[in-house]
Amino acid sequence: MSEHIVSVRVYVTIFLLLLLGTGLTVAAAFVEFPGKLNTVVALTIAVTKATFVVLYFMHLRYSSRLVWVIVASALFWMAILFALTFSDYLTRGWISVGY
Amino acid sequence: MDATTEQLHGHRSLQHHFENMEQQREAGTLGMWVFLVTEIMFFGGMFLAYTLYRSAYPQAFASASNHLDITLGALNTGVLIFSSFTMAMAVYFTQTGKPRPQVICLVLTLLLGLTFLGIKAVEYHDKYNDHLIPGRLIPGRPFGPEVAQEGDHDPHKLHLLPGATVRQVELFYWIYFAMTGMHALHMIIGAGLLTFLLIFSLKGRFDPEYHSPVEVIGLYWHFVDIIWIFLFPLLYLLGRHLEHV
Repeated sequence: MSEHIVSVRVYVTIFLLLLLGTGLTVAAAFVEFPGKLNTVVALTIAVTKATFVVLYFMHLRYSSRLVWVIVASALFWMAILFALTFSDYLTRGWISVGY
Repeated sequence: MDATTEQLHGHRSLQHHFENMEQQREAGTLGMWVFLVTEIMFFGGMFLAYTLYRSAYPQAFASASNHLDITLGALNTGVLIFSSFTMAMAVYFTQTGKPRPQVICLVLTLLLGLTFLGIKAVEYHDKYNDHLIPGRLIPGRPFGPEVAQEGDHDPHKLHLLPGATVRQVELFYWIYFAMTGMHALHMIIGAGLLTFLLIFSLKGRFDPEYHSPVEVIGLYWHFVDIIWIFLFPLLYLLGRHLEHV
């Protein structure tokens, strides 16, 4: 029975990091970054927070390789969903077809 | 029971189609992750719709976003993160065989979840007051916010950034209510699941050997938290800097 039990210290650390991330993302929203950097900053913080939750609160770091594959498949299908949709929508103005 | 009899007869919660408790627990966790992948795809469709219309109407999305209450949104993010922490602690206390703190953590998680829903209800009511419920979802109260003129700082009026129209803002609110509404529905289901966990915890059904339900519902709860971690910046924060330039 080898189940990894995450320590209280790790849980508290992750909790504080998540609160810090929330504070950072609110603060960053009021700062004017050049170009579309505001979105990049917000999403980077969100992805980091989500990664902490998945790895520690959801124990992915200590889960079997099979669970890792399942999680990776979600990211893979999401990537397909976004990549194929935007390969259409974002490229519509690229060529003039004459009508 | 000593270890040998335990191995011979198995734990009382061991289903006959599993070899042992570890296999049973692993199967449960794996099954939950597969379900969560379908949930990610479900919300993924809405995130796609959001991204698409935001890229089409950036000014309108920023204007609509600025109307949302950032304080309540941030507060709810904190509440949900706190509830994720207490949920993780509930799993910890089950794994280490401490029933009392386990029950306390489950109660805290449930209360924080309900707090989130309460704050969300206040926000929805604010949107109702400002005529921001899209389409004709509310009979006799169609979408129709008052648009603020130059220099008017009334927070209940819609402040449009240059190039934004009211119809485009309505589109934002369709997406806002669809996404936060589905998220809230998941929270309500989660609260139901937590109530179930609480009842069975009080009956002493879970122990370090058998705690899959706590673990698996914990995974669901954290997933719902992650959805909000993305919803908060995407819905509430995207146009703030444009207001202050």
